[in-house]
Formats: sequence, C-alpha cells, structure tokens
Amino acid sequence: MLGLLWLIPALPAAGFVLLMLLNRRLSRPAAAWIGAGSVGLSALVALIVCGSFIVSPPAGDSYHQVLWTWFDVAGFAPTIGFYLDAVSVLWVLVITFVGFLIHLYSTEHMEHDEGFTRFFMYLNLFVASMLVLVLADNMLLLYLGWEGVGLCSYLLISFWQKDPQNVYSGRKAFIVTRVGDTALIAGLFLLFTQLRTLQIQPMLAAAQHSFVPGSAVAVAAALLILGGAVGKSAQVPLQTWLPDAMAGPSPVSALIHAATMVTAGVYLIARTNVLFTLAPDARLVVAIVGTVTLLIAGFSALVQHDLKRALAYSTISQIGYMFLALGVSGWEAGVFHFMTHAFFKALLFLAAGVIIEALADEHDIFKMGGLVRELPAVFWTFTIGAAALAALPFVTDGFYSKDLIIATSLGSVDGSLWFYVGSLVGAFITALYSFRLVFLVFFGERHTEVTRRPRWRQLVPLYALATLSIVGGLVWMPGWVSGFHPLEDFLDTALPQLDLTSRYAAFADGTGGAFVTILIVAVGIGIAWLLWIPWRKSTHAFSESPAVRPLAAYWLGGWGFDWVYERVFVRPVKWFAHAARNDLVDYVVGGIAWLNVAAWRALSAGQTGRLRAYVAVAGFGIVLVLAVVVLR
Amino acid sequence: MASVSLDHALVLAAILFAIGFAGLLTRRNLIVMLACIEIMLNAAGLAFVAAGARWGQADGQVMFLFVLAMAAAEVAVGLALAIRFRQSLKSLDIDDADEMKG
Repeated sequence: MLGLLWLIPALPAAGFVLLMLLNRRLSRPAAAWIGAGSVGLSALVALIVCGSFIVSPPAGDSYHQVLWTWFDVAGFAPTIGFYLDAVSVLWVLVITFVGFLIHLYSTEHMEHDEGFTRFFMYLNLFVASMLVLVLADNMLLLYLGWEGVGLCSYLLISFWQKDPQNVYSGRKAFIVTRVGDTALIAGLFLLFTQLRTLQIQPMLAAAQHSFVPGSAVAVAAALLILGGAVGKSAQVPLQTWLPDAMAGPSPVSALIHAATMVTAGVYLIARTNVLFTLAPDARLVVAIVGTVTLLIAGFSALVQHDLKRALAYSTISQIGYMFLALGVSGWEAGVFHFMTHAFFKALLFLAAGVIIEALADEHDIFKMGGLVRELPAVFWTFTIGAAALAALPFVTDGFYSKDLIIATSLGSVDGSLWFYVGSLVGAFITALYSFRLVFLVFFGERHTEVTRRPRWRQLVPLYALATLSIVGGLVWMPGWVSGFHPLEDFLDTALPQLDLTSRYAAFADGTGGAFVTILIVAVGIGIAWLLWIPWRKSTHAFSESPAVRPLAAYWLGGWGFDWVYERVFVRPVKWFAHAARNDLVDYVVGGIAWLNVAAWRALSAGQTGRLRAYVAVAGFGIVLVLAVVVLR
Repeated sequence: MASVSLDHALVLAAILFAIGFAGLLTRRNLIVMLACIEIMLNAAGLAFVAAGARWGQADGQVMFLFVLAMAAAEVAVGLALAIRFRQSLKSLDIDDADEMKG
C-alpha cells in the first residue's frame, strides 16, 4: 500500500497537465471533474497510504520511496524521491483533504468566471507543488516544490489579471517571498558545502555529528532556513505580502492560508528541527519573530474594515503562534496548531467567500450586518470557525492547540515569561477580533441585500470543515482532562518530544495555566460582545475620536511596514532603474539602430526620381569600370 | 581617293556616341532623348561595321542588322511610353516625372 505514495502528488500534477493541454476544449463540468476529481483521488490515495502507515508503521517509522535519480554531477546526485513520516503524513492528509474541499467549493464559487479552467489548472499545480514540498526526501526537491508554491501563489493572487491592482498584489507576494527564498537557497548552499549532501535525513544525521551545538555555522544555517520560512509564512519582517494576497478569489485565500503556502515555513522548520536544536540562538530568534508577529498582526486584525484582510492578519498572527511554539522547542505543539488552524481558517475563508458573494462583492464588514437570519448556515459555520480561532474552550479544536502552545511557551526549557505574556495578550486580542467579525457581520442592522444563497457544493465543505473544527482537537487532550493523545504519540515517532521541564512547567501544563487561558479567552469574547453589541455606537465613536484615530490608522496600515519598505526599497530601486535606463548597453544597441537609420537616409537621398541623374551616374559608373579594366 | 582607315571610323563613332550621350544628359524632351539614344546606337553600329571591314569579316555587318532590329523595337516601346507619358503628365519634359523619389 505504501508503494502508492508517488500517486499522491502525481494525481494533481496530472490534473494540471490535462487541464493545461485541453484548456479551451473542455466544458465547465469536465474541467470541474478533472480539477476537483484529481485532488479527490489524491485524497483517497493519501487516506489509503497514510492509513496503512498509521495502522502498521514500517520499520524506523518512516517510508522512503526513490523514483529515479534527478541528475548526477560530480558526486552530487539528488533523487526524485518521497519520504513519509509522521510529520509528512499529517501535512499530506491536511493538504489533500482540505484542498479537496476547497476544490469542491470552487466548482460552485467560480462557476460563472470566464477563467474557470485556468483557475482549476493553477489550483491543481498549487496542491501538487505543496505535496512535493512536504514529501521531498531531499532539500533540492523540497526547493522545487517551494518555488512551485510561490509561482502558483503569484498566478492565483493575480488571477483576475485585468485589474492592475491585483497583478501588483501578485507581484508583491512573489517578490517579497523571493527575499526569503534567497536566504533559503543560500542556506542550502551552506549546508551542502559543510555536509556534502542535501538528502534530508542523512544531512540532518551528518549535522548532528559535525556541527558543534551553538557554533557559528549551525546558527548561520538555521537562520538562513528561518529566512526562507519567514518569507513563505509571512512573518515579521516579510509579512507584508499576505494582506495584499486577498486580491485573489476566496478559495485561493483559503488554500494559501490553510492547506498550502504559508504553512510551508512551519513545515520546513519542523522538518529541520535538528539544525535548530543545534542552534539555540536561532531558536530564540524564531520564538521572538513568532511572538512579535502574533502581536502586531493581532492588533492590525482588530481594526480592519475588509473581512478578508482581517482574516489575513489573523492567519499571520496564528502562524506567529506556530513559530513561537517551534522557537521554544515545542515542535509538536506547532505542528498540532498547524492542523487545527488549517481546518478553521479554511472554514473562515470559505464562509467569508459565501458572504462576499451573497452581498454582491461587498468586502466592508461595516456594510454587512444582520446576516444571522439571512444566511443561517453560514452564520453557524463562520461562528464555529471564529470560535476556534478565538480558542473557545473545550468545544473547538483551536483551544486545544493554542492552549498547548501557551503552556509550552512557559513550560518548555526554552520558554520564558515574556513569551507566555505575549501569547496570552495575543489570545485576548484574537478572541476580541474574531468575535468582532461575528458581531459586525451577522448582528445589528442589515445594510446590504442578500442576492445569492449557497448551494450544496459550497455548503458541504463548510459543514465538513466546521465538524473538523469542533472535533479536530480531540486527538490531543491536555493531560489534566484525559490521557487521550494519539496525535502526540504519533508525532513522537518523528519529532522530539515536548520537554515541559522549566520551573513553571507544573503550573503551565496543569489546571492553573489552562484556567488562565480560559479566563483570558472568555473575557476577550465577553468584551467583544459588549463593544460590538450593546455599545456599538460608542465603540464606533471612540475609534473615530481624534486621540485614537491615528493609532487605528497606523494598525490598519500594518504598522507602517509597507510605508517603510516603499521608501527604503521600492522607490530607490525604481529611481535607480529610471536613472540607469540610458546605460552603456543601451548605447550599443541604440547605436546599431541609429547606423541603420543613417544608411537608410543616405540611400534614399540618392533616389531623386530624375531620370537624367540616373543616366549620368550610370554613365559615370561605366566609364569608371572601363577605366579600371583598361588601365589596370 | 584617300582610304578611310579604321582609326577615322572609330573616332567618328566615339564623337557620335559622345554627342548622343551629351544630348541624353542635357535635353529634357523625351522625343529628343529617344533620338539621342538612336545616335548612340548608330555610333555603336558604325564601330561594328568599320571593325568588320578592317578584318574582312561579315560579323560586323550582321551585328549592325541586329542593332537596327533592336533599335526599331526600342523605338516602338519608347514611343508608346512617350504617348502614355504625355497623356498622364500633359508634357514631354522628363524632369516632370520625378514622383518616385526618397
């Protein structure tokens, strides 16, 4: 059964090729069947393969399948090969299943779009790239998937390419993540020169032997990999592309935020955890990046007007939680939060897509309101997603994973009070902004007419994801609730165990820590209710008051990162490009053109149209030729 | 009677050719230009006949017959062109036909 592993990425890739070749000749239903069907089949194969992996784990708790050697140059021979262990099992299942639900949703969401086939073509390539990324057995193949994901994000963010603003957003996403990609490829060069291999498992084993813990080269390698992860996962300081990525269709946002793309950074760090274990300084940087990101993105999410932008900032913030967990050596906690986040964030974006569609492309939450009666199914599913995002205790999956991260940030040997306080403040803000969205969108007065209602192909993914958002967290219960934690046991086969042994561990991991988390979340939701249900008018007046307005505007603009980057990077580069447009190369090329024009002028001046002049010139020429022949 | 040497005939042919060429360059009337071309052709014919007489060969005279035939054909075409020229430009001045320039 494990031998079918290669089919998992091959099926969406085949779907992509088929859609690309037949593009215009396909009817819409045929394109939908190929697009969604290939990912559905891939999910089925993933279920079979991963199921047999879980039921009867192979020797060494990993399965390695080499298809062929990619190329072989001077002893460097990367393979096209796939490696399955607990981490990639989890990622593959989430990617294929959430990916399939998003595809199913898209068949209805995009049904009237002229680029229907093109859309599914890109989606299939996106899923295939991400699967290659998480299944690759060597860093080079991983990098191929990494770049494929980047390319697809560009194509899909600028999918509605007739609006220049969308294309600008796509370019921004591509260029900003490219900064991180450059760091990653530099890290790969460094690792190869040091360890002479890019096969992930032998490379990590070699690193353990030859790198001195805390040495400069280990820290440098870990930091360069972190650079790549920061770019793809939209962490500070490269987070600016993700809010603009909302230019794409809603299913794309769901795919980028939940199943593919932004969690690639989390995967990369979890995959190379050995390197980070060897580099405590780099780990500290990861934790700091995560904490800073989760806080500033949380504050930005609090003041957004655009429903999808608010959700985008919430993603940045939640990925910040994952980074924080990874940074304090809570590898498994970070991976757990990836899984739960994928469920509820896909749910939120798909629900948001239905809302925006229903209100004739209205994105502003202040123009929504009162949808609780109009779209009850969307209300319930969106609220479940928002509750999971806010980590509503016990009944949502977000609670279990976020509580674990908060406990790890204090209880781990690398944890500290700073991270703990940061993650608690983040949890409070998350509760506040999640329910701000719920209360503003679904309650109060209705401002916009509902013109369209979702059908089964949109509702089924919503219900499925809502169910997963409720029960998904039950696979890892906190110790004080129950001893049921199969996910932890499963992840133990591939990742270092959680090491909750700091002096606060007993508090953080026990009922005390959980009580604090629950209290913070409950207070956050309560205050959100107060602010946006009974006190809505005064809240609005407060946010418009002269003392608060500048701060809100500052948060709305993403803490001025775009403002600074525009001045420090974009404008100087544009200025330089403008100044250098007449460089030496241009003179050479332009000179050839000028020479041709001059020759043309000289020749056409000779064509006077006067017959007698031609005769004179011809006679002169004959005399000249005769003179040369006779006198020679 | 003094014999006419080859040199005399060739000099006369050269003078006739030069007169014809000069006329072609200086005159603007199309008909006169055609006549100048005839002079040049006949200069060439004279050279052929003189050379044939000098060497006692008939080739020179045969060649002159060819030149005459060609001149007749050329005049037919040339005069037809002159008629079309006059119809379209209302003149026979060759310098009026300078539209194909630059």
